[in-house]
Amino acid sequence: MNTENIIETRDLVKRFGDFTAVDHITFQVRRGEIFGFLGANGAGKSTAMRMLCGLSRPTSGAAVVGGYDVYSEAEKIKSIIGYMSQKFSLYEDLTIAENIEFYGGIYGLKRGEIKKAGSELIHRLGLEKEAGKQVSFLPLGWKQKLAFSVAIMHRPAIIFLDEPTGGVDPITRRQFWEMIYDVAESGTSVFVTTHYMDEAEYCNRVSIMVDGKIAALGSPEELKSDMHARDMDEVFYILARGAKRME
Amino acid sequence: MHQIRAFILKEFKHVFRDRKTLLLLFGMPVVQIILFGFAITNEIKNSRIIVIDQARNIWSHRLIDKIDANIYFDVTGIKNDPREVVRAFRANTAVAALILSPEFGSPDKLPDRAPYQILTDASDPNAASLITDYLSAIIVSERTSEINTPPPLQIGTDVRMLYNPSLKGAYNFVPGVMALVLLLICVMMTSISIVREKELGTMEVLLVSPFKPVYVIIAKVIPYFVVSVINLVVILLLSVFMLDMPVKGNLLLLLAESALFITTALSLGLLISNITSSQQVAMLISLMGMMLPTILFSGFMFPIENMPWPLQLISNLVPSKWFYIIVRSIMIKGLGLLSIWKETLILLVMTLFFIGLSLKKFSVRLQ
Amino acid sequence: MKVIVDNLVKSYAKGSPRAVDGVSFSVGAGEIFGLIGPDGAGKTSIFRMLATLLIPDSGRATVMGYDSVNDYRKIRSLLGYMPGRFSLYQDLTVEENLRFFATVFNTSIEENYELIRDIYILLEPFKHRRAGKLSGGMKQKLALCCALIHKPEVLLLDEPTTGVDPVSRNEFWEMLDKLKSYGIATLVSTPYMDEAVLCDRIGLIQHGRLLGINTPAAVMASFPRALYAIRSRNMTGLLRDLKTIPVVRTALAFGSSIHFTLRSEGEEDAASIPGVLSRQGHEEIRMEKIDPSIEDCFIEILAG
Repeated sequence: MNTENIIETRDLVKRFGDFTAVDHITFQVRRGEIFGFLGANGAGKSTAMRMLCGLSRPTSGAAVVGGYDVYSEAEKIKSIIGYMSQKFSLYEDLTIAENIEFYGGIYGLKRGEIKKAGSELIHRLGLEKEAGKQVSFLPLGWKQKLAFSVAIMHRPAIIFLDEPTGGVDPITRRQFWEMIYDVAESGTSVFVTTHYMDEAEYCNRVSIMVDGKIAALGSPEELKSDMHARDMDEVFYILARGAKRME
Repeated sequence: MHQIRAFILKEFKHVFRDRKTLLLLFGMPVVQIILFGFAITNEIKNSRIIVIDQARNIWSHRLIDKIDANIYFDVTGIKNDPREVVRAFRANTAVAALILSPEFGSPDKLPDRAPYQILTDASDPNAASLITDYLSAIIVSERTSEINTPPPLQIGTDVRMLYNPSLKGAYNFVPGVMALVLLLICVMMTSISIVREKELGTMEVLLVSPFKPVYVIIAKVIPYFVVSVINLVVILLLSVFMLDMPVKGNLLLLLAESALFITTALSLGLLISNITSSQQVAMLISLMGMMLPTILFSGFMFPIENMPWPLQLISNLVPSKWFYIIVRSIMIKGLGLLSIWKETLILLVMTLFFIGLSLKKFSVRLQ
Repeated sequence: MKVIVDNLVKSYAKGSPRAVDGVSFSVGAGEIFGLIGPDGAGKTSIFRMLATLLIPDSGRATVMGYDSVNDYRKIRSLLGYMPGRFSLYQDLTVEENLRFFATVFNTSIEENYELIRDIYILLEPFKHRRAGKLSGGMKQKLALCCALIHKPEVLLLDEPTTGVDPVSRNEFWEMLDKLKSYGIATLVSTPYMDEAVLCDRIGLIQHGRLLGINTPAAVMASFPRALYAIRSRNMTGLLRDLKTIPVVRTALAFGSSIHFTLRSEGEEDAASIPGVLSRQGHEEIRMEKIDPSIEDCFIEILAG
């Protein structure tokens, strides 16, 4: 595996019975890259992501994440990645501080490290006064920013973000992406899925899945010029409209 | 009418498409009956008994033979020294001991001490008392069969176990298991089913429709009523044919009372669903709040009469206690409605109370 | 007006801020009204009050002239309601779900088939598939069919496009457009600003308050200052450096370009920007004045 790449897949396949959810996908993600993983619902995105996180065993093909093989070293993968999704991020009935403590422990950080990372985090987000409050009292935008910060507390090599900005107000969305930029600059790779096509533009490279295959892969600029499209919205539209798997 | 039918049909589909829960619903009663009926028994068959025979005469030999031949006892040793008893208890090679003094059996000598002594390992007090009673009964019957004239001034006790002379454990457990299983299924399943509707969000959509929300409740309850009746029949069949339980009383009355109890349990499930908003909480309340009290307070595992009076009062609130009495009365004692009208009335009142409370708390809105 | 909301107020717990803080608007027949705002803005609470599921603390909501508190039964038979997260029965098939909801509303699939035909055609190949196994886009279409099956007067759709890909979202809005000809009044909520232009009128909402009600065009026309878009080779650096220029008032990433506004309205200030940036090392600078989008307006209102 090329050490420049944090993720390498070759002909990755996942079948459920006679249904092929992921159909021979091949791509690489470089270190420190912001990689956008796009596709319609049912195109196979979540299945692919689950395989890369070590949560699901591929049917065939090869995939290496952070140097670890997804078949034999799935547990090691989990120790070097961070994960955040829109559906679940933090425990609503625990306080901010308690969530930090909990996740720090889960990620294997020692007490001293947790304290240091935690107070840095709280300070950076300006949540000193709220640290003792339950997460449920925070507005959604803050929850997402907090969840992201917690997910990178253990300085993972790569962070997987599953629609992290869904339903969030436009200002917070942008603040969130500034946090993504900061983390990418410090060397962490970012693997993000989103339905906001303007966010696709913020990525270094983007792949679009259609019917289980990768229909397009490249920087937003490349894709737009290849398809003579004005923006990523149009690129997506052109590709996804031809999809057969609309169910 | 057409609407309710469609709703009931939908509920049946939900029940039968959920494979795992289906297994639980129909498998649980069978497993419980088998477990309680066969495996767990507090009968005392083949109790190991050691005899210290200091008499060594024909009467002691005859007695020992009679005891050994009895299915409830198994003579594991005939010794001389009373100290062997302690050794045997410690090594658990015996749970009871019979010490026959040297004067045992002789009809002409008036004994100046007890001719025989029964010692039991009372770490299981229920078994110990049963053993003592049996053993005494055997000895007394043996004694009176030898002497034509009973000894003067003796007060004999005639111990007879009515209705269940062989003290079969099944008679105790089957009604208890019936109560337990029916209660669990009805309470847990009903409450979970209704709460699931709330969790899914479909309840919201149903509320905003001309469909009266009350019918939602009725429609949800009916499939579980049907499932419970099926379970009841299965339990009865198993008990009668596999465990030799009798149904001395009126079968129709038994079914009717069971239907009443099922309704009580269903209405309790309704009440729980009204006060919880998550399926897990509903399940927890059903299991912890229903199963434990049923096992503890219905009387089939532990006699209520032995409990301190506050707990006895609490036991009156547990519906399964009354059902247990009703079932035993009908199945084992062969009694009719006249004997159990009090318990029936209590169940009826409980049912109406639960239903009333549920309806009152039922909200046509989300708040 | 089929739907009238008058000064609705709702708070959930004592002492906590109001979820809905004096909201008023109305929706007419054949109109699509969009409630545009992020999560937690109060959209769902407003929907629930209109759907007669919640009682407002104060204020009134009327649907077809009926009061949401006193005449809730009448309202419930003429509403089509689609709460968030597509409330469908996961283990019933597509057809079973539809048939069930038709029965609940005392009608049948055949009776109002015209209304849902264009949508159902896409679902028909999967009519025996369990709803739980459909993709997000398909569930959304099914939920819409179930809400329309009884030919409602008013359609309440609470975030029907959340979590759905852009292509399905587009299709959904096309379907809504076709429903207008039946005279149905549609109230839709969405966090996606770009969907706002597909509505007849919109209400921007944040923190329980309406920030403005108007047609999308009017909202965009009311943007108070000039708006510019700029791009260069290094976008991250561009954003950072732009913010340091004193005459720049706001600078925000907007996909492949950055939108910014100036403190003054002078043309010279705008013209000077590319020079400043190229002196800081930026290459391939492209700048132009643009018309604001709904998102630009929303942010401007929030910030201002």
